Amino acid sequence: MVARADASHIGSALSITDIVAVLYSGALRVDPAEPRMPGRDRFILSKGHACVAIYAALAETGFFPRELLKSYGTDQSPLMAHISHKVPGAEFSAGALGHGLSFGTGKALAAARRGFDWRTVVLMSDGEMAEGSNWEAMMFAAHHRLDRLTAIIDYNKLQSLGTVADTLGLEPLAAKLTAFGWTVREVDGHDHAALATVLSPTRWEAGKPQALIAHTTKGKGVGFMENRVEWHYKSPNPEQLAEALAGLAENGDA
Amino acid sequence: MRSAFIEELVALAAVHDNIALIVGDLGFGVIEPFADRFPDRFFNAGVAEQNMASMAAGMASEGYHVFTYSIANFPTFRCAEQIRNDIAYHGLPVTTVAVGAGLAYGSLGYSHHAVQDYALMRAMPGMMIAAPGDPLEVRACLRWLVANPGPSYLRLGKSGDPRFHDAVPDIEPGKWLTLRDGDRILLSTGAALGAALARAQSSHQGFGVCSLPLWGMATKASQLDQASTAQTVIAMEDHLADGGFGSWLWEAVSADPAIAARISSIALSDTVCGQVGSQAALNAIGGLTCTQ
Repeated sequence: MVARADASHIGSALSITDIVAVLYSGALRVDPAEPRMPGRDRFILSKGHACVAIYAALAETGFFPRELLKSYGTDQSPLMAHISHKVPGAEFSAGALGHGLSFGTGKALAAARRGFDWRTVVLMSDGEMAEGSNWEAMMFAAHHRLDRLTAIIDYNKLQSLGTVADTLGLEPLAAKLTAFGWTVREVDGHDHAALATVLSPTRWEAGKPQALIAHTTKGKGVGFMENRVEWHYKSPNPEQLAEALAGLAENGDA
Repeated sequence: MRSAFIEELVALAAVHDNIALIVGDLGFGVIEPFADRFPDRFFNAGVAEQNMASMAAGMASEGYHVFTYSIANFPTFRCAEQIRNDIAYHGLPVTTVAVGAGLAYGSLGYSHHAVQDYALMRAMPGMMIAAPGDPLEVRACLRWLVANPGPSYLRLGKSGDPRFHDAVPDIEPGKWLTLRDGDRILLSTGAALGAALARAQSSHQGFGVCSLPLWGMATKASQLDQASTAQTVIAMEDHLADGGFGSWLWEAVSADPAIAARISSIALSDTVCGQVGSQAALNAIGGLTCTQ
């Protein structure tokens, strides 16, 4: 998709692919036959630039035909290069960072006030934690005890121009989130079994919103992309695409 | 306008159980009737307008019609991108309410002077601007907004604004409300209505006065026919001329140069920016009201 569209952000998408795979293979209560099912879990991709991972998961699980993926990033395609709420199964259009958690907090608040048990799950990037709006949402969600809200932070430790640590360091991240009143867990963001366990519907702690720090590798699965800032921007050429797919096939991930 | 707003909102919320109010830690002495009666639908987002706006969008996506409430520029400019992307682009029923619009908080300084808000809000497709000219237009606007939920901006004056209508008027988007007949028209939006009526008795004797409380990008098409019935139309607003109501009106009729030539505007000059004083003093300095 990315190569065909000559698009960016493949590194960001590969970073969350395992998380998304676990979410859409059972962790989330969703139904491709009824994308707007009232009792569904609400999934929000706040790092909208990584949308190819979601589009692939939605196609794979039957929200729309796989054939549509070929239109990604082309003129007037519904699959624009940031997540779009006009795509079946996508709740929210993002692209500007620091919006998804607040939007999700509103959804979780609506569910809480109306006594619904469905979950709101927001997948965020590490770099976007510098947006102040996220910390506004953190305060609100904790104050209102929104314990059906889960924020997953894709902590691949790289952002646009370099490492997170060299840009605006997040550490001690878990302590910060805990201090903001959230219950916090950390996980290997590429370990499907661990992700499936921690993302199950069971509350971690009554009365507290949940933050999952997922330690990930940007560009995961493609050796020459892993931990390389330039793959936030570059699109693979045909040779690179073949090499990437061959590598994934060898590892049984393609 | 503030008390008309909260009275009407409470009355509407009693009928519509999806109406919610989120305040940005402002509204002391105003919002209590709603908070007391509908505690499950009232929230104080704290001093955090970006989260307030996005969260309102999230609630609206689950069936609520959310009113966000703060003063001057805080619920608009502070969270402009949240309104643009999360509310307007998603087409969600969130009404952003700003009190103290124009120069109502004149003595509090530039931070509290809401004189560029039309420019911001009218640049958003699908955004309905509700700028009532008196407390009865406030009620009319609220009733319309609740009956037609969508992205909207309600621009309110302050307390103690005079009434210019005898009863709650019937309003529709883009339609001028006539207060005084005339071939030449002072067409006001928002709290400039008092200034328009005053000018019709002083500097602009013989002019009719109309108010346009509901407008936006989507209502431009209805302006040419109305403008064509007048010899002259002077748009009036307590907002800077740049990007304001007069600009909007001129753009709306510009396809017909003969009609466009009849349009002019009385708006605030940028000389008012940075000045401090009462609303009346600043409206005079800015050129909205007559100074004789």
